Amino acid sequence: MRIELERRTAQSPVIEFLAPLLAIFAAVLIGGALLSAIGKSPQQAFLVYFVEPFSDAWSLQELAVKASPLILIASGLAFCYRANLWNIGAEGQFVIGGLVGGTIAVVTHGMDHALGGYWILPAMLIAGALAGMCYAMIPAFLRFKLGASEILTSLMLVYIAEITLDYFVRGRLRDPKGFNFPQSVPFEDIARLPFLAEGERLHAGILFALAAVFLASFVFRRTLFGFDVKLVGSAPKAARFAGFSEGRLTFAVFAISGAAAGLAGVCEVAGQIGQLQPVISPGYGFSAIIVAFLGRLQPWGILCAGLVLSLTIIGGENAQIAMKVPLDMSRVFQGTLLMCVLAMDVFTRYRLRLIWRRSA
Amino acid sequence: MTLTMFELVAFTILTAATPLVIAAIGELVTERSGVLNLGVEGMMIAGAACAFAIAIVTGSTALGILAGIGAGMLLSFIFAVLVIFLAANQVATGLALTILGTGLAGLIGSGFIGLKRDATVHLYIPLLSDLPLIGKLLFSHDLFVYLGWALVAGAAWFLNRTRSGLVLRAIGENHQSAHALGLPVRRVRFLAVLFGGACAGLAGAYLSLSYTPFWAPGMTAGRGWISLALVVFASWRPVYAFAGALLFGGATVLQLHAQAAALGIPGQLLTAMPYLATIIALVLLSMRRRRGSVAPASLGSTFMPER
Repeated sequence: MRIELERRTAQSPVIEFLAPLLAIFAAVLIGGALLSAIGKSPQQAFLVYFVEPFSDAWSLQELAVKASPLILIASGLAFCYRANLWNIGAEGQFVIGGLVGGTIAVVTHGMDHALGGYWILPAMLIAGALAGMCYAMIPAFLRFKLGASEILTSLMLVYIAEITLDYFVRGRLRDPKGFNFPQSVPFEDIARLPFLAEGERLHAGILFALAAVFLASFVFRRTLFGFDVKLVGSAPKAARFAGFSEGRLTFAVFAISGAAAGLAGVCEVAGQIGQLQPVISPGYGFSAIIVAFLGRLQPWGILCAGLVLSLTIIGGENAQIAMKVPLDMSRVFQGTLLMCVLAMDVFTRYRLRLIWRRSA
Repeated sequence: MTLTMFELVAFTILTAATPLVIAAIGELVTERSGVLNLGVEGMMIAGAACAFAIAIVTGSTALGILAGIGAGMLLSFIFAVLVIFLAANQVATGLALTILGTGLAGLIGSGFIGLKRDATVHLYIPLLSDLPLIGKLLFSHDLFVYLGWALVAGAAWFLNRTRSGLVLRAIGENHQSAHALGLPVRRVRFLAVLFGGACAGLAGAYLSLSYTPFWAPGMTAGRGWISLALVVFASWRPVYAFAGALLFGGATVLQLHAQAAALGIPGQLLTAMPYLATIIALVLLSMRRRRGSVAPASLGSTFMPER
């Protein structure tokens, strides 16, 4: 028996919709098998991972809090990946955004605030987004002007960003009264993202994530730029003949994805953490890559995919406490999930054919 | 600098270069066949964890090495199926492989944190190993270093001097014409990917069985990615890859020595050296060959036989 793949002439919306769901299903099965292989009960794990996070309001908010950076970053990455450009350094842009935005909060700490200090938070957000954008321009520049692979340079810049943050948090930005702990002063309330309700966990970061989804959706559907991005990605030769500037597009998509990641970074330090620490991301920048693909590079798909990934992160934390499953299990699950998504993607582009006899 | 000091530095450069060169040769052969596997980091760290775990459990270094190679091959097998037979996107699948490999390594290694094992034995040939300079640099390494050298020579010979090597290169340059000539495009690519996985796993085994020698999460520290850059840096030629690995090994060792010498340079800047060096190397190289790329022409593109 032989399996042949035949290219689909038309896209099937049913399969496009089903493919990610099937991928999640397959990944859950594989994950369950792995868990039982290390001697844990897959049934209990299923409850801990996928049911308990929905059990109370606190967990539901946690779900949204962790999904926000993923959705925000992935919405930006969708621009790059649609254009077939590979910014895989969102983690670094996130860190730099958090560092630069957070620095404003640290520097203004304890100062007599002009204008009541209401400019601080907007300044942080803008500075963070700009910093992420500039950081993403480095691989874009190296790629377009000098021809260096953006995959490798953007990834190397992640390490450099993490080291830079570590350097400043242990040095200049360290809290002088912090008993030598490598962390900055806690941000003042005026430098923190407001919570959406008193005494709750959900902060305003989610609004940026939702706005990013709306904006990306609008740009992809309604603007010429959105069309250009897709054209350059799927038919680069046609795009060149049509006279699109590849360089401008390269810079634009990197700028968008970098700004989104930088904004996510500053939202994380100003919302969730409330100070600068040597490590500010549990790998959001990498998980966002999975979110982008699981969402099929569609903004609304990314919104759902962000929630799914957030579920695996929270589930992983719960499983570590409740079942002593190592935290790495969620990474294994994420990797498996991305593999399954990519494998299922085949069926959206090809039709599967079983051939029982060897053809001549 | 005294002779012994020079000897010591040169010796550590050779050992620091070994994981890079082993992984780079594997990826180089994979890429020459037209497949870009970005999962080197994941395969390497999974290899490191499996090698150490098996070596501790069985007490045998040889079985540990085999386990490392096996882990790398298993992961590359998954990658190969997805990319070659299911036509999945190579960049994204490679990233998935890195995430998966890192997670699996953490899972496997979690029971082995803090354990220690003697490093693998180093060669000692009476007289030869005692020679000044040459003895230390040529005749007193462990198995892995020699394996690395053998891989460089073997890959150079295979790619440039054998018919199979020619077939592999033809497939990497133009899979459509190779297919038209009746060459088994997908089978060759499959084997090339498996070879790359085996090498990455071996490089990981070197790290956890000889270089450090213990298991720590994240111990590969981007070496897989640096190997990928090394392949570009080497213009897809094995001997250049060896030279490049020595340069990068040199950057690592320089960092260690500078840290020890306490020159007042922040430690973080030194830690960032290998990553900065990688970017600079990539940029310099791309600038030099602005006019024409030497990358295998079909690199990264999927081949599906049309019927």
